[in-house]
Amino acid sequence: MSDVFLLDGEQVPFTVGQTVMAAARAAGRYIPHLCWHPEFQPHGSCRLCTVKADGHFAAACTLAARPGMTVDNRTAELDDQRRTLLQMLFVEGNHFCPSCEKSGACKLQATAYELKMMTPHFDHFFPDRAVDASHPDLLLDFNRCILCELCVRASRDADGKNVFAITGRGIKSHLIVNSPSGRLADTAMSLADRAASVCPVGVILAKGRGFVIPIGERRYDRQQIGAAEEQ
Amino acid sequence: MKPKIATTSLAGCFGCHMSLLDIDLRLLELLQRVEFDRSPINDIKTVGPCAIGLIEGGVCNAENVEVLREFRRHCKIIVAFGACAVNGGLPAQRNHLDLRDILEEVYQTSPGLAPGCSIPNDPELPLPLNKVHPIHEIVRVDYFLPGCPPSAEAIWKFLNDLIIGRTPVLGHGLLRYD
Ligand code: SF4
Ligand code: SF4
Repeated sequence: MSDVFLLDGEQVPFTVGQTVMAAARAAGRYIPHLCWHPEFQPHGSCRLCTVKADGHFAAACTLAARPGMTVDNRTAELDDQRRTLLQMLFVEGNHFCPSCEKSGACKLQATAYELKMMTPHFDHFFPDRAVDASHPDLLLDFNRCILCELCVRASRDADGKNVFAITGRGIKSHLIVNSPSGRLADTAMSLADRAASVCPVGVILAKGRGFVIPIGERRYDRQQIGAAEEQ
Repeated sequence: MKPKIATTSLAGCFGCHMSLLDIDLRLLELLQRVEFDRSPINDIKTVGPCAIGLIEGGVCNAENVEVLREFRRHCKIIVAFGACAVNGGLPAQRNHLDLRDILEEVYQTSPGLAPGCSIPNDPELPLPLNKVHPIHEIVRVDYFLPGCPPSAEAIWKFLNDLIIGRTPVLGHGLLRYD
């Protein structure tokens, strides 16, 4: 017998120790998120999954489910805050979707569609970030990094290679490659690594595959993100 | 009286206007319900009082600023029409570079230029801005229609909503940034 909590008024079963996010996902429910992934330890950094649990704000990905708990998820108030978080992510980097190979399969973009983000609203930073094309099979385009640390977790916990890290603080935080030269070519990273396919946006991209799936037929073109499987 | 619509392309490629033409026969239906004021479609050059102004493209030079402000003064509703108006788009991809460096490279130092080439400086040319801006960084914008370009279906849905006074809503497949 499993316990249940209420997510937007509907019962969601959970097992002891499960988070609100994991239980909701297992039950086919969608709580908007970017840094959470079922294969990895929750990180609680993007704050997109913030819900109101028994009246208190909490990140659904780190919040342990409790029997009888009442969780508000897709309320206008929470979705407004989520949209603002997304807008800040968009203006902080350089997200030029029409030329991005991830377009249509990007979680940031698809989440923004789901939350009806019509404009980035804030003034753009237009930061200057170099790309790293040194690796024979992989391209790194740092312009699109949202600092979710999924690649950091995947490389460390699944691949055992520790290729990526976040450095700097606050607005200066950025992703670095863990090699003396700082270049991806000088790491043990390979195309088969979990870290090579885990990036929710268009930073870590396999080379030589551009437009293999045409725009308009990609993952979130076919299905809204709430209904799609985690990638 | 039919409501008036004005359209213009600032730092855009006219792709959004081409997509507007892609509504095909529905253009005739649209013309039953609205009248076009200044627009590349009819080549009227000055904008008068309008219900809706569609702005394609971001703002990359002094003339763009002037035209955009002119539209804002005359249109009740300003729509950022397409990716470049919404977020700067392709032209804004120059924003991390220094403007003088770009002009020098294009007109003076890149290989294959005729000897004596220099940066164009004709008084008729509008002065470029240091950065390309989405239009909401210059004027108040009422609605945003993203897409590079927005599809004819998205434009049709959006305009229909606007004309009958409803907040435009684009469902799955119509709201796109690419
Ligand atoms: S990473 Fe996503 S949001 Fe950013 S440019 Fe690519 S498709 Fe667009
Ligand atoms: S590169 Fe991708 S996976 Fe890694 S932190 Fe940035 S957005 Fe996340």
